[in-house]
Amino acid sequence: MDWGTLVAGVLTLAILSFLYRDNPVYKMAESLLIGVSIGYFLVITWSNTVMDLLIVPLTRNGRWSLVVPLLLGLMMFGRFHRKTSVLSRIPIAVLIGSGAGVAIPAMLEARTLKQVSATVSPLFTSSGLPDISIIVVLLGVLTTLSYFYFSREHKGVLGTSAVVGTYFLMIFFGTTFGYTVMSRMSTFIGRVEFLLSDFLHVTQ
Amino acid sequence: MVAFLMNRLGPQIICFVFGLVLFAVYFSAHPVARQINTTVLVDYWQIIFAFTLIIGVISFVNLSVHDIKRGHNRFYRFISLFGLVIMPVFAVIWGIKGDSPFMWMFDNVQVPMQSTVFSLLAFFVASASYRGFRARSLPATVLLVAALLTLISRSSLEGALPSFIAGTADWVRGNPSMAARRAILIGIGLGSLTTSLRVLLGIERTWLGGEK
Repeated sequence: MDWGTLVAGVLTLAILSFLYRDNPVYKMAESLLIGVSIGYFLVITWSNTVMDLLIVPLTRNGRWSLVVPLLLGLMMFGRFHRKTSVLSRIPIAVLIGSGAGVAIPAMLEARTLKQVSATVSPLFTSSGLPDISIIVVLLGVLTTLSYFYFSREHKGVLGTSAVVGTYFLMIFFGTTFGYTVMSRMSTFIGRVEFLLSDFLHVTQ
Repeated sequence: MVAFLMNRLGPQIICFVFGLVLFAVYFSAHPVARQINTTVLVDYWQIIFAFTLIIGVISFVNLSVHDIKRGHNRFYRFISLFGLVIMPVFAVIWGIKGDSPFMWMFDNVQVPMQSTVFSLLAFFVASASYRGFRARSLPATVLLVAALLTLISRSSLEGALPSFIAGTADWVRGNPSMAARRAILIGIGLGSLTTSLRVLLGIERTWLGGEK
């Protein structure tokens, strides 16, 4: 067995020990995971962003326009002192302003208009029969939207529609829950397979 | 006046100008508009995000050192700092190529522990659902049935069960479930739109913090 498998197996068991109860071995592994993850992202960000997008183009290619994001980035360090903390609002303003500016058309197009256009389909098939699936989707979208409409009290037609919308939401939550459980279980099975085959050599 | 300009008005004007420019260039295919889009979204965003990550790391180190000095969780804080320091040290000495010690740490320490933590949630989700999933009302029963249908249709039991179960599960996922998801996405789109407008117009100012 190589060192990598040994270390990975021991650390996997250390994390799994939490299933018994919170214990020092788990805490140790958890602390190591936190530190290593931060170190990894720090190195990757430094290499892929600070070096590749900032320092190399600025120093070797003479892209002086990058001085602006450099200064904006440095302003973020103002947060460490009370007197200079207002400086950090400028880069935050750039991020939030540009994010909001992009979000208005992008979200409207991707999230709203495309979803609406996908919902609006012919309710009857070419043979003239009603398409049950399309009708269910249209009904589901309208009733679920009515459930989230809070500007009017949920009474009468709106109340009935909101109740029907609740059932569609329950179906959505149920299927999402099922998929979440399945994805976690498949990851767990993967870890158990690793422990039994690569680490302990119990199975092939 | 200067303080107000720096604290409130200045950032709000910058926010508005950047928002307006990015909103306008979204609709243009002109090379200058594309260039502005790339410059702000790639260069500005990524570089500022990189600096925010560095600030986060400095804050984490400060917190850990503070805890070590106070003797609070000293051993665990040392281990975190060890992990944090060892990765950049490996990267500086041996680089970050495929067979470097840096990638060895990633493959044999970070990835196995991360996926194990992820898989641990299977037990907690199962435990929570055992307590929470009671068919007390009709909506709760619908949720339970939808969840069970998905679980059964995606498990290895599927072959031992009638074939219509998988078909029904697929239909449920593709129609009623998707309808609710679609309505939620439409809501998210409209919510994002109004929040973005409120931010740009200066109605929503919580991002400026509580200080005057």
